[in-house]
Amino acid sequence: MSIFRKKGRSGEKIETQWSTAMRNFRKDKMALTGIAIFVIILIVALVQTMLNPKGWSTLTTDFAKPPSWHHPFGTTDSGLDLMSGCLKGALQDLIIAVIVSTMALVIGTAVGAVAGYFGGLLDSVLMRVVDLLLVVPLLTILIVMSNIFSSGGGSPLAIALLIGFLSWTYISRLVRAEFLALRERPFVEASIALGASSWRVITRHLIPNAIGVIMVNTTLTVAGAILLESTLSYLGLGIVPPAVSLGMLVQDGQGSATTSPWQFFFPAGLLLIIVLCVFVIGDGMQAAFDPRNARRRK
Amino acid sequence: MVAYSGDPLFPLKMNPLTPPATIKIREHDLFLDHSLPWRYWHWFSGLFHGNFGLDLSNNPVRPQLFLHMGVTLRMVVLAFVLAVIIAVSLGVLSALKRGGLIDRGITFTTFFFLATPVFVTGLFLKFYLAIPLDKYFGRQILATNGAQSPLASGSFLHRLPDLAAHFTLPTITLILAVFSSWTIYQRSSILETMNMDHVMLARSKGISPRRVLRRHILRNALIPIITVLALDFAGLLGGAVVTETVYSWNGLGRWFLGGASNIDLNVTLAYLLFTAVLVIMFNLLADIAYGFLDPRIRYR
Repeated sequence: MSIFRKKGRSGEKIETQWSTAMRNFRKDKMALTGIAIFVIILIVALVQTMLNPKGWSTLTTDFAKPPSWHHPFGTTDSGLDLMSGCLKGALQDLIIAVIVSTMALVIGTAVGAVAGYFGGLLDSVLMRVVDLLLVVPLLTILIVMSNIFSSGGGSPLAIALLIGFLSWTYISRLVRAEFLALRERPFVEASIALGASSWRVITRHLIPNAIGVIMVNTTLTVAGAILLESTLSYLGLGIVPPAVSLGMLVQDGQGSATTSPWQFFFPAGLLLIIVLCVFVIGDGMQAAFDPRNARRRK
Repeated sequence: MVAYSGDPLFPLKMNPLTPPATIKIREHDLFLDHSLPWRYWHWFSGLFHGNFGLDLSNNPVRPQLFLHMGVTLRMVVLAFVLAVIIAVSLGVLSALKRGGLIDRGITFTTFFFLATPVFVTGLFLKFYLAIPLDKYFGRQILATNGAQSPLASGSFLHRLPDLAAHFTLPTITLILAVFSSWTIYQRSSILETMNMDHVMLARSKGISPRRVLRRHILRNALIPIITVLALDFAGLLGGAVVTETVYSWNGLGRWFLGGASNIDLNVTLAYLLFTAVLVIMFNLLADIAYGFLDPRIRYR
């Protein structure tokens, strides 16, 4: 049942959930467009930040200039090149999102797997913890906790760890639900009867079968993390200068939104495009992993 | 947890001119010289007497809580009701016209707003709808600041136009922030119900499509979305914090933001209590609503 093994025992190609999903995904034009735009933004941001690492800290005398060849996104009131800022901020947001979603993936899957597979008291305790975290809005907890990291200099890493530490609950619930259904299936029973250890059953049989739910929701966590971080930065509680994020740029730009609209539109637009791409990719993955969908397309 | 998030006397201690005796007295006033469990018990037992404690400037928290709550709830409740109506009708519409132009339009719109952060929607409406509109007509059509004009007085009916001008944008912002995920959910829920056996049976019996939709599809498709509504209510409150910041409403969210950044424990705790109570209440309401919608669910 490994997701990566492509050949059967006699050497012929067998359909795995993974290969079916990949094939479905490759037909999905929307999702592919999403990936393409996302990758382009990522590459441009990387190249720009590497070629011009001081772009966002070099003051010029071009105060609040509209977009031009020299400054494609215009400049801010204090004469900073907005394109360098936006791309650096986008990169920062993506790094945070990757850390958050990796944490959510690992913690969420582990907690969900343990709760769903072993059940009983362990399950009740873990799910009560999840309930506790779900009762209070995530943004509220983050605002309260923001004092800790703002006194620590508002480092992006601290924010990422904090958001990651709080956003695994959704994945863990879904993984648990999936495991509860899967563990009653004959192949799991057979495997246990053959003497497989719990670790082996979970990693070799259950997780590969729940891979769709896990992947889709990890992707959605990326979008959620970007939105949360930018909202926090917009409220002035997230990242603090000299680090930069798109939410912070929107907050800086809002004061001059009527006189120099590019200061609002570029960071806000870039933020919107990135999150939209991630959502479209997630949606495409959901469709690709859905077995009902595969049957209909055949 | 809140108590560990920082030291409320930090600004005082940072000031080299503050004599140590003053810090001692303030610490005693705020019970900082007591142990954490004692402080929690003190706050908790106060709650049963309706006492929320004092904020950092020694004003009682309770009247502030209720004052700001009134402002926030007006906006949140209105937005919630309208968003549910919009989401359900759009979801039904796009499910019925599946694959058509309307469906694609609705799906695109919902995705677009799903990806837009609340503050971007809010700022956009404020700067590129309200302000040009006001400029064009030369007077205030849509207000962008506060929940009502500071000088407003008179009876409720008298103030209605003013209130409406202040309400429109924040409410729209909040609706746009939450309706999209509900619409997507409602759409897939309807599509799932449409393929069920009992709907097929009803169709083949020759019942009119309208009646099938109302009695057989909607009734079943509404049940799962109620769970989502209850769970998302927490998100709506989070959106309210941002919306209030964008439109400078003097609501709970901004009050809480101020409290959290000053490390005003009693203010923060009061807000957390308020959200937790509200979210739990909504989940309870959802459970009760199940009983009405689904006769199979019985609570003993």
